[in-house]
Amino acid sequence: MTLIHLTGWDVLLATALLLLLAGITLRLQLTVTRPLVVAALRMGVQLLLIAYVLEGLFASNNPALVALLAAVMLAVAGREALVRQRRRLSGFWGYGVGTGAMFVASFGVTLLVLTALVSPEPWYGPRFAVPILGLMLGNTMSAVALGLNHLFTTASAQREQIEQRLALGEPYAQAVADIRAESVHTGLIPVMNGMAAAGLVSLPGIMTGQILAGAPPVEAVKYQIVLMLCLAAGTGLGLLVAVWSACRRLFDERDRLRLDRLTP
Amino acid sequence: MPRLSVAALTFLTHGPYDLTVEAGECVGLMGLSGAGKSLFLRAVADLDPHGGTAALDGVPAEAMPAPAWRRKVGLMPATPVWWHPRVGDHFPAGFAQGYTPEAVALPEEVTNWPVGRLSAGERQRLALLRLLARRPACLLLDEPTANLDRRGTARVEALVARYREATGAPVVWVAHDPAQLGRVASRILTLEAAGLAPGELAAEAGP
Repeated sequence: MTLIHLTGWDVLLATALLLLLAGITLRLQLTVTRPLVVAALRMGVQLLLIAYVLEGLFASNNPALVALLAAVMLAVAGREALVRQRRRLSGFWGYGVGTGAMFVASFGVTLLVLTALVSPEPWYGPRFAVPILGLMLGNTMSAVALGLNHLFTTASAQREQIEQRLALGEPYAQAVADIRAESVHTGLIPVMNGMAAAGLVSLPGIMTGQILAGAPPVEAVKYQIVLMLCLAAGTGLGLLVAVWSACRRLFDERDRLRLDRLTP
Repeated sequence: MPRLSVAALTFLTHGPYDLTVEAGECVGLMGLSGAGKSLFLRAVADLDPHGGTAALDGVPAEAMPAPAWRRKVGLMPATPVWWHPRVGDHFPAGFAQGYTPEAVALPEEVTNWPVGRLSAGERQRLALLRLLARRPACLLLDEPTANLDRRGTARVEALVARYREATGAPVVWVAHDPAQLGRVASRILTLEAAGLAPGELAAEAGP
């Protein structure tokens, strides 16, 4: 396989392109300039760091180090999912609900993929385990953030409607059922869009990478299909766990709506 | 016959409140705007965290799941909310016998109307039917005629009286108009931050 090597000029050109966009947004006095540049900087630094980490990890193949990296990835994903919610559960619950859901779903599906589907030798080999876990965590993180954000903002906005239904004697799960369904739907939209447009509009990343690296397209596609199905299932399961447990926390043991458990 | 008893009820910095409403009795509740009348009804319906207890026939709210308690103490909020697109969807079991749209001067086909078509007064009248359709053992009414003209008010007063006499439901009726409470209630209390004070019938309510 021939690898594509990029020169410093290539990086410079790509950077100039992003700076051009940043310059335009600055000129238009849009608020997005700063977060855009910060996100781009983060991306560059984080990817360079992980490259060195991966090189070391691939060289050692130590399962304890793989587990450590997985724990760090989970912790960061939990934080990212939290800060993307405009209103969130206060205290430990805010972090716990999203992170717990991501742990169950991402780690569960990653284990399944590694032991039953891809089966590298050994199964925890970092060359497969880390990218697959990253894929699962990244998607579940977006879904959980979108879903919980929708749940909390809608529950706050429709407080009177929820309490009217409670007052008429509906259990909390019934009074919040519509909002819960919408939240799951909202959270799954990116994954569903990704599957619906796959192959027609966008060529998904993993298979693109394999094709660029010289793999035969049919083999790359098979691999991509398996991964996307597992990804959708894992993301959906994580989202369900997060939305269901967040709803439980949004009401107390007497089926009262407790918006005071959200940050303002 | 059910009897509503409220003992040492506290919420936020309000209370304690003690109140007994006998079966078939209607108690009028007055108080300054913002005194906590709505919060009082919400606490009785167990919609807000509170201290003290409310009981029906000696059975406290805590003895049953909260939804079961709320189905017994029917609370009608000051601004009823409708969440389905169609009126009829809010009446899964239809209307209670004798408490149909004609009783509040609305046509039978109101069930097919979109909620958006209802006026504030129609919403309030239908909210009472919606509550009675669930056959509560007790009624907590928060300004149930605030958006109604005189004829609409008279119909709602008559309907509540009929339900109260037929089922023996105790009624707590919150209103700002002492004349109205003089018509519907056998006694009037004023809600203050520290407790319930016996209130006087306004002169114009007369015999």
